[in-house]
Formats: sequence, C-alpha cells, structure tokens
Amino acid sequence: MMDIKNLIVILLSSVLVNNYVLTRFLGICPFLGVSKKIDQAMGMGISVTIVMLLATAVTWPIQNFILDAFGLGYMQTIVFILVIASLVQMLELVLKRLIPSLYKGLGVYLPLITTNCAVLGVTINNIEDGFTFIESMVSTLGCGLGFLLAMLLFSGIRSRIDERNIAKPFQGIAITLIAASFLSLAFMGFGGIVENIFA
Amino acid sequence: MYDILIAFAIVSAVGLIAGILLALLSHLLHIEDDKTVKAVRECLPGINCGACGFKGCDDYAAALAEGKAKPNLCVPGGQAAADEIGNILGITVEPLKDVVAFVHCNGNCEVTTKKAVYEGVKTCRAASQVYGGPDTCRFGCIGFGDCAIACPSNAICMRDGIAHVDTSRCLGCGLCQTICPKKLISMVPQETAAVIMCNNKDKGADARKVCKNACIGCKKCEKTCPQNAITVVDNLAKIDYDKCTGCGACMQSCPTGCLKKVFFPNLEEDFGPENL
Repeated sequence: MMDIKNLIVILLSSVLVNNYVLTRFLGICPFLGVSKKIDQAMGMGISVTIVMLLATAVTWPIQNFILDAFGLGYMQTIVFILVIASLVQMLELVLKRLIPSLYKGLGVYLPLITTNCAVLGVTINNIEDGFTFIESMVSTLGCGLGFLLAMLLFSGIRSRIDERNIAKPFQGIAITLIAASFLSLAFMGFGGIVENIFA
Repeated sequence: MYDILIAFAIVSAVGLIAGILLALLSHLLHIEDDKTVKAVRECLPGINCGACGFKGCDDYAAALAEGKAKPNLCVPGGQAAADEIGNILGITVEPLKDVVAFVHCNGNCEVTTKKAVYEGVKTCRAASQVYGGPDTCRFGCIGFGDCAIACPSNAICMRDGIAHVDTSRCLGCGLCQTICPKKLISMVPQETAAVIMCNNKDKGADARKVCKNACIGCKKCEKTCPQNAITVVDNLAKIDYDKCTGCGACMQSCPTGCLKKVFFPNLEEDFGPENL
C-alpha cells in the first residue's frame, strides 16, 4: 500500500510540481519550436514520452550494474548520451520496418529528440534521486506526460496569441516567451501541493 | 592509470555494442525502396502542394504505386505528368479535369446585412471566431480575403463583400479551399454548366431571412435534373459533377437564382485592374 502511494506521489509530482519544461526548464527548444500547432505538439509530446521511457529502461541498469560496479559514476553523462542517441536510431529503424504508420506519424520528431536535454535530464535525475527501477519508470512516465501537458497547453495558448492584435514590440518570439513565463509561474504554484495531499 | 583504462574500455565497449547493434538492425530491417514508387515520384513536380489530396508528392506516388489513387490528380503536373504515370503503371489515364476554385456564396452587400460591427483583426479566421462572424448569415463569405492572401496566383479579389475567383488565373491548387474558415470554396470543373451560389444549410425560411440570394432547399432542381446529378443535403443543393452533362435545366428551375453559370473568366476586365 505504501508502495502504491509512493508511486502516485512520484507520478503526480513529476507531472505537475517538477514539470520538466515549466519548472526545471529542460527541453525548452521543442517547447518553443514545435508548439505552433496542436497536432504537432501532440506528436512531439508522445515521441518524447516514448523515448524517455525507453531511455530510462536502458540507462538505469547501465548505471547500477556497469558504471557503479566499476566506480565510473563520473562517466554517466557521456555514456548516457551515447546510449540514448543510438537507442533513438534503433527505435527509428525498428518502427520503420515494423510499424510504418507510427513511423510516419512521428515523422521528423524522432531524430529531433536524439539529443534532447529533457530526455538526458530525466535519466540522470532518476539516478540522482536514488529511485528503484519501478520508481524510475513511474517518474519518467510522469515527466513525459508533464512534457506532453506543457506542449498541449502552450500550443493552445499560441494559437490564441496568433489571432490577437499584439503591440509591435511584443510580436513574435517576445510575446511567446512572456506567455511561456506566465504558464511557468502558474505551474510553480503546484509546489508542495502533491506531497501534502498524501501527508 | 588502471582506472583510466577501465573507463576507456567500458565506454568504448558501450559504444561498440551500440554501433554493432545499429549496423545489424539496419542490415536486418533494411527496406528496398520500391522501384515503381521511385519512377512515379520522378514524374511528379515535387513541390508538395497537396492539391492531389495526399500529404505530398512522396505520399501520392506511394498511393499511385499501390493502385489506390487515380493518376490524374496532380494539378501542377497536369496532363503530361498523368500520361507519364499512366505509362509506368500501365493503366489508361482519364483526361485531366480542368478545375478552378469557386466561392459558394452570393451574399453581397445588397442582399444580406451585418448583425454586428466587427473591429478586431481583419482576417476571416479571427472574425469567424467571434459569434461566427459579423454577417447575419453564419455560412456566408466574411469578406476579409484570407483566400485572396493565400492565393499564389492573385486570382481572388474581394468585391461587394464576397470573394470572386478569376478563372483565367486560377491554377486549381486548392490552397484557398483549405484556408477558408467557412469552407465556402470548392474545386469545380471549368467547363461546368451550373454552380450552387450558396452555402446556407438552414431551413428555407430561415435562410431567406438572412439573405435574399440563399438556397432555400426546395428540391426543384433535384426533380428537374435529367441526370439525377443534384441532391439536396441539409437544405442545400449539391451537384455531382461526374454525372452533370451541362444541360442547364436546373438553372431555369431555380426560384431564387442561386444555381447559375457564374464565372469570372477575367476579373480585370469586369472590375478594372485597380480592384485586383
């Protein structure tokens, strides 16, 4: 029972409280780059979630059984980048052959997230937080969903911004960044809530 | 010294394993590009305009090779591309239909009114989000000319609050069709007899209240048409151009005059060049 409660806390806090984009400021480039249309934002969000889950499933054993065993914790970043990059390439090959429709749907997003900082951040943070394998996977799922949520919310906001009269100095990327900061402020408000609900 | 060697060995091993796996996978899962698709793709212009209804030239070529699409759908490639594709696939090609964009609205300033004064951003897309636009008819042309801006060949001009298409300039690419928030524009064969000049799907009495030129869904045309090419769906006449022979019987039967042969072969002559 404690375990399930613990997992729910991890899931909710990684979706809302520690949202990777809006409170930890990782993965900002796809957040600003691919959030113009809702369907594209959706595609990117789902691809990132899948890649994050796969990356954690591979990097957690590598860290715990190979790197830690030989005392090579300091090589973490380099090994993880290497593993994640080749993992995404493999996923692309497998999808292209086995599920062509999904491959077409994900399209250009897969190669784009090869070296996404949010994916690397999730895997490293899982290790630093000292999670078990199950906890890591749940936390990763939460991070992916949080990323998807942030993308969807922000693409909705941007489609509304496009249709408004914006003062000239604020047009384009300026108003986008301002909107992003407001969204981020709103998410900061979740701080401490999830832990206290179950306390 | 020993530590460095171990780190070196392990990172190299991880890289090597990943590399070998990638090489194996790409060898095992390699897909030979279909030669027909490649040949068909080379006949297409490659500008990915989307007029064929597919995601791009690659997508259309794939559909053609599988026999899922007709070869005469490429508008920029025209008859030449269609013939070449027909040769490669060994199928007979129907002559290309010359289509032009047509705006299904005749609600000009004289026959319909505004329900509100709209002062927001002057685009149809923005205006249509505010209570369906400023016009009393919620189906009609808003008249800010999103289609005219989208048109790559400057074939659309706004006149009396509605969009008109210059058929001599129209390429038939269908970009205006996708941009119109009211879905007013469709592609019709250039040699057609009649087009329906209305998009109002309300009942006859309600449609008439908001616009004098509206289709009232009386079904007279449906009964008159000898080819059964016209059907009234949702109180609005719809012409099946595959069946239409161009006899023009429907135009005489229409009580509101919204079935017409109205084309603007050269808007420059009709309205003067300054309006384009």
